[in-house]
Amino acid sequence: MKCKDFLKELNEYLDGGIDIQLKTELEEHLQWCHNCFVVCNTTRQTIEIYRDNEVYPLPDPIRDRLHQAIVSKCKGKHEHKS
Amino acid sequence: MDSIESKVAEAQAPVTDELTLVNAARHGDVEAFEQLIKRYDRNVFRIAQHITQNREDAEDVVQDAFIKAYQNLGQFQGNSKFYTWLVRIAVNEALMKLRRRKTSKTVSIDEDVETEEGSMPREVADWGPNPEQLYGQSELGDILQKTIQGLPQSFRTVFVLRDIEGMSTEETAEMLDLSVPAVKSRLLRARLQLRERLNRYFKKSKRDGALPQ
Repeated sequence: MKCKDFLKELNEYLDGGIDIQLKTELEEHLQWCHNCFVVCNTTRQTIEIYRDNEVYPLPDPIRDRLHQAIVSKCKGKHEHKS
Repeated sequence: MDSIESKVAEAQAPVTDELTLVNAARHGDVEAFEQLIKRYDRNVFRIAQHITQNREDAEDVVQDAFIKAYQNLGQFQGNSKFYTWLVRIAVNEALMKLRRRKTSKTVSIDEDVETEEGSMPREVADWGPNPEQLYGQSELGDILQKTIQGLPQSFRTVFVLRDIEGMSTEETAEMLDLSVPAVKSRLLRARLQLRERLNRYFKKSKRDGALPQ
């Protein structure tokens, strides 16, 4: 297996959706290819960092304002109907 | 920055509980709908902000998506999750904002670049076990924001839906009107490009590795 073949399967390897035979081949490649080992590990870390850290938190005052605006429009819909 | 694990967990709340709220809202119970807003507003805001890269637009998308969802609850089919349905509305609203902004102010947005560029790592450098601990919370937030903003919009959107919001490949494909292979290809490039861009902040030393064969 070449590095470009490994990279093609990287998503499936990281997401865990591959059959055992392919997984074994990929892991054999990882045993001797340091570059792919590093790319695999740092890509996994990339995903975890973005998953674990909120890049765009929604502050409470803005949240409250948005809730009020949405709810009042939803209530308005019923009043308009009746 | 807060961990988003709890919010992802909220997004995966039991379907039955959610259906009860949806049905009540469908019959005009605004308080039940408010529960759904509280459950998913952070997710919708996050997705909208990632797509539009504009705070005001993201706030508008939150409002418009929830109002549209409420008005169209009658069309919601119980065979999909409410959250998936809501996100689809929000993604459409966010993309529309982006298009409008693009045509009205000629703001440049990154176009999808369908080349092989970015699919092969140029720099291979190892990171420490907890690279995010090298930085304070707000500094890390700035790094992550700046880094993901540099991705082409189409890669960024796929990464956000798949890896941050936890959507399946099929759900993401359906939401973005893409084929499953297109989602997979964009996700791989997004992941590899983000990794490459984060290298400069997280790599252990300045030694560069060799190119893969």
